[in-house]
Amino acid sequence: MSNVLSIVVVEEDRDRALTIVDSLRDAGEFEIHVIGTRTGLARQIKAREPDVVLIDITNPSRDMLEELALASGPMERPVAMFVDRSDDGLSDAAIEAGVSAYVVDGLQPARLKPILDAAITRFRMFQRMRTELAETKRALEERKVIDRAKGMVMKARGVSEDEAYAILRKAAMDQNKRVAEVAAALVTAAGLLS
Amino acid sequence: MKARSVTLGFIPLVDAAPLIVAHEMGFAAEEGLSLTLSRAPSWSALRDMLRIGHLDAAHMLSPVPVAAALGLGGVSGGLSAVSVLSINGNVIGVSRELAARLRDAGHDFAFDDARSAGNALIAAADKPLRIGVPFPFSMHAELVFYWLTALGLPAPENLTVRTVPPALMGEAIRAGEIDAFCVGEPWGSQAVETGVGELLLPCSAIWAFAPEKVLAVRDEWADAEPALVQSLIRAVWRANRWLADPSSRMLAAEMLARPAWLDLPAELLDRALGGRLVISANGDTRNVPDLIEFHRGAATFPWRSQAEWIASRLARRVGLDPDRAAEQARSTFRSDIYRLAMEPTGIDLPGASAKLEGALSADTAVASRAGRLILPRDAFFDGEIYEPLLK
Repeated sequence: MSNVLSIVVVEEDRDRALTIVDSLRDAGEFEIHVIGTRTGLARQIKAREPDVVLIDITNPSRDMLEELALASGPMERPVAMFVDRSDDGLSDAAIEAGVSAYVVDGLQPARLKPILDAAITRFRMFQRMRTELAETKRALEERKVIDRAKGMVMKARGVSEDEAYAILRKAAMDQNKRVAEVAAALVTAAGLLS
Repeated sequence: MKARSVTLGFIPLVDAAPLIVAHEMGFAAEEGLSLTLSRAPSWSALRDMLRIGHLDAAHMLSPVPVAAALGLGGVSGGLSAVSVLSINGNVIGVSRELAARLRDAGHDFAFDDARSAGNALIAAADKPLRIGVPFPFSMHAELVFYWLTALGLPAPENLTVRTVPPALMGEAIRAGEIDAFCVGEPWGSQAVETGVGELLLPCSAIWAFAPEKVLAVRDEWADAEPALVQSLIRAVWRANRWLADPSSRMLAAEMLARPAWLDLPAELLDRALGGRLVISANGDTRNVPDLIEFHRGAATFPWRSQAEWIASRLARRVGLDPDRAAEQARSTFRSDIYRLAMEPTGIDLPGASAKLEGALSADTAVASRAGRLILPRDAFFDGEIYEPLLK
């Protein structure tokens, strides 16, 4: 094993891959390779002989990496998954942050810690961004539906925009529902009738 | 009574049905359970989530707890199978190019004879034959190795088994990475539907009674919450019984098809549930009555001998001692917990917790508490019988 640890990052999204590489570079001196294609993933990784493999836990290709743990030939280095070997909760933290690490057998935990710390920070950020994006999309979608429902109420009842919204809000409160739900029901019903 | 919550993970496959049905049809609620089901992106992620306690229980490949007990695959120990969720359910398929070669060589695609299909495949394929399976620790992998090595194809020299997630199987075939595949439904039907491949054989033709998926739990959870585990086993057992009723089939297919669960066309799921598969792009169909079994013949009973068989096969291909592996892994199938759970329901339970695997060439009555339990045919295609260490 050379002194500089080699890391393979499995990530299809180029921007995300670059951010991960940047934070690993900040954490120490490593030899880093990014693999972006999923065909022959296990073979590509084997060819690189990395000490550590980092992969997003939501990546469906991850199962391909499990083969690495079965490497039994004399020239192959077994790869163990970190999850079971840490006593300091680092692996739990990693999985919670959404990253899984495959680590070559016998690698000192102390050498691994800075790598995982950096990866965890980065993946937490990705996770936050993912949640935010989903939330924003949902909010935007709801806003659109509420606007359409408002328009329908305004037209049907000849009221102002504020009054239309008040009518929707009251209906929502009466039915113990969210305004967006009432709006969606109205839009669907109107779609059926038109 | 306040419902006690249980978090479960699953992979979107037809055989995740018992967990989904337990939730949707109220069998869990009947046991005072509130289930939270989450879809996992991969088997390894599901296993790890279970292992670190993010999930209480999971839909799991039957060899995964066994592999963990043997320290294979990065996880060591800590997982148990408290009941079997499904028997059989996988199919073998080949690329269209290989299917054409098989047809030219005169293979009839009769879909019921593992020996003739296997010999035809070995004769037609380039060597090494490359077969994709969803996970290294899976019934798929064990059955593929069992089948082709029994027919004289030397592994690993002439047989390469690669891990390819089912959703990426089509891509792997197109990229020329694999020649054939072994997957659970609906992915076999999906491969036919998308024109990627043709089906060659249901795995039930290799082993007539293979424990496919299990209800897996973390040992610490099973120890800490025995009542909860037992309630869960009963709820899932009722779901399994419901699924096995032919009149449930249409509803089951519609339910599983919903976006929250499998998010696939109900028609595709119905093929697997009904045991009627379309095997090629020109619409040839085959009836496979034992394609997947949820209930009949004590299907959900976790036999210690099943764990032993898996362990000894797994050991053989990774170079461990088969008998020692069987001994290490036999108790991952918790027939003791299953008995405790099912005792109060009065259903008939087998007298023993281990059996000869592969000994029944026809449905056979066996010793049981009430003396009316019939075990279905469980033969291997080559007539081999596995004798457990302890009966």
